[in-house]
Amino acid sequence: MYAQMIQSEATTEDAEQLAAFQARIDAGERIEPKDWMPEGYRKTLIRQIGQHAHSEIVGQLPEGNWITRAPTLERKAILLAKVQDEAGHGLYLYCAAETLGISRDDLTEQLLSGRMKYSSIFNYPTLTWADVGAVGWLVDGAAIMNQVPLQRTSYGPYSRAMIRICKEESFHQRQGFDIMMKMAQGTEAQKRMAQDALNRFWYPSLMMFGPSDAESIHSTQNMAWRIKINSNDELRQKFVDQTVPQAEFLGLTIPDPNLRLNPETGHYDFSEPDWGEFFDVLRGNGPCNADRMEARQTAWSEGQWVRDGLMAHAAKKRARRVAAE
Amino acid sequence: MPDLFEWLCRMGDNTLVLGHRVSEWCGHAPVLEEDIALANTALDLIGQTQMWLGLAAEVQGEGRSADDLAFRRDAWDFRNCLLVELPNRDFGHTLMRQFLFDSWHKLMLTGLCESQDDRIAAIAMKSLKEVSYHQERSADTVIGLGDGTAESHDRMQAALDRLWPYMGELFQPDAVDDRMTRQGIAPDLAALRSGFDAIIADTIQEATLVLTDSRFAHRGGRDGSRHTEHLGHMLAVMQVLPRSYPDARW
Repeated sequence: MYAQMIQSEATTEDAEQLAAFQARIDAGERIEPKDWMPEGYRKTLIRQIGQHAHSEIVGQLPEGNWITRAPTLERKAILLAKVQDEAGHGLYLYCAAETLGISRDDLTEQLLSGRMKYSSIFNYPTLTWADVGAVGWLVDGAAIMNQVPLQRTSYGPYSRAMIRICKEESFHQRQGFDIMMKMAQGTEAQKRMAQDALNRFWYPSLMMFGPSDAESIHSTQNMAWRIKINSNDELRQKFVDQTVPQAEFLGLTIPDPNLRLNPETGHYDFSEPDWGEFFDVLRGNGPCNADRMEARQTAWSEGQWVRDGLMAHAAKKRARRVAAE
Repeated sequence: MPDLFEWLCRMGDNTLVLGHRVSEWCGHAPVLEEDIALANTALDLIGQTQMWLGLAAEVQGEGRSADDLAFRRDAWDFRNCLLVELPNRDFGHTLMRQFLFDSWHKLMLTGLCESQDDRIAAIAMKSLKEVSYHQERSADTVIGLGDGTAESHDRMQAALDRLWPYMGELFQPDAVDDRMTRQGIAPDLAALRSGFDAIIADTIQEATLVLTDSRFAHRGGRDGSRHTEHLGHMLAVMQVLPRSYPDARW
């Protein structure tokens, strides 16, 4: 998911206040920025929304990698619009996080110093044009699985951001599928690219939901707070059930010899991804972690003079206005 | 090359090449708002390219498409001005290039809204809305950075000095331009210069920058006679898929 393995923060407030807060959530009320909230709720949300925002920002990079090589003007325009939407999602989410009392600069600093994470899916490379399709189809598809329920999350600004984001994400997913369709029905080379993209993105997409959290105390607390709505396994199953028929429609093979429809459950049985690889990527050892971090750090440090210049100009303008009054 | 086709390629190649350059910033801008604004600018320019090159392909009448023109021509057939193919360098160069081009582009499109060719007038009217906003934004940014810190000022001055010699090409009509003007299709490029100079002078002054007196102009882009070394590299990237897989449809 765009926010993975969010641990809940400890909360030490008065039991009566906590019970009243929980009652509001259980009654389906939205918590708004000025309302009282437990410290753990606030901190967990900052971590979750911040991680989601960072994922949108870093997520520009693997797709941006193909903007300059998009094969038609229309594909270039669609991809530009998509990456622009992602930057926009980052912006709403940073704004939502700011309502919890942290600045965007603080969040950015935490991303750049490695103290905050972004979704590990963006640490995988986009090697062919089919990868742009696979990212839309699989990665956005997996993100939507998680984000649709989050439209009903308890924190008002986050829920509203999700409503807006989901509309755009489902459009992105359709665009991704459309690219895959063209590739899967195309020349031998295009078919090969499409299958190769599915081979490389299938398991990392399954990893996006995070390891099984059925037994996790963090998950239980986050679910009680309605920051998390479904378990990781539930969402992963839903994603597999949705995606397998789409792959069949495309004529592509999901790289899992154990994949089969279980007549008893009505769901697909599938192989677990390699969780060792997942934790390696999380620790910084994915194929692109160093490149992604370097790209963001360079953008930020080389942009320092621009931000300083614009701030200095704004201060001068204010001073001139005051002097004139 | 027939005049109208040649002239439409000049318009469409400007927006294609600049749109491409601006899109190279995607995910690397100094601040999130700039990532969004640059992507938006690039998107507008690529949209305008589809219209200009679409019309160029139509008037050429050889069954080619806008994509064929964008992805299957070599550098010598490109008709963009040299300014837009120059590399991004730092954000200051990118925004100064944008401001200079936008200021010309806005005047040009304003003139083209009166074109005798309705198809051209329609594209100009649609583009002008977008470009007026681009120009306002790039001018504001040039002012903000010029009149910002000592470092931002120096970087903007360096960008202006470096890019200014590429501006003149856009105001020097050749025989094709003259014939387009005589037919009432396009405004006289030389006549746009005074309006342009006035806009530039105001913005540059507010940005506390200094404009050189030199009117020396590099040329060779608009007629394709001598592009910079940079264009070939850009096309190698931009055209790699359609060229490598000529039978594929995307």
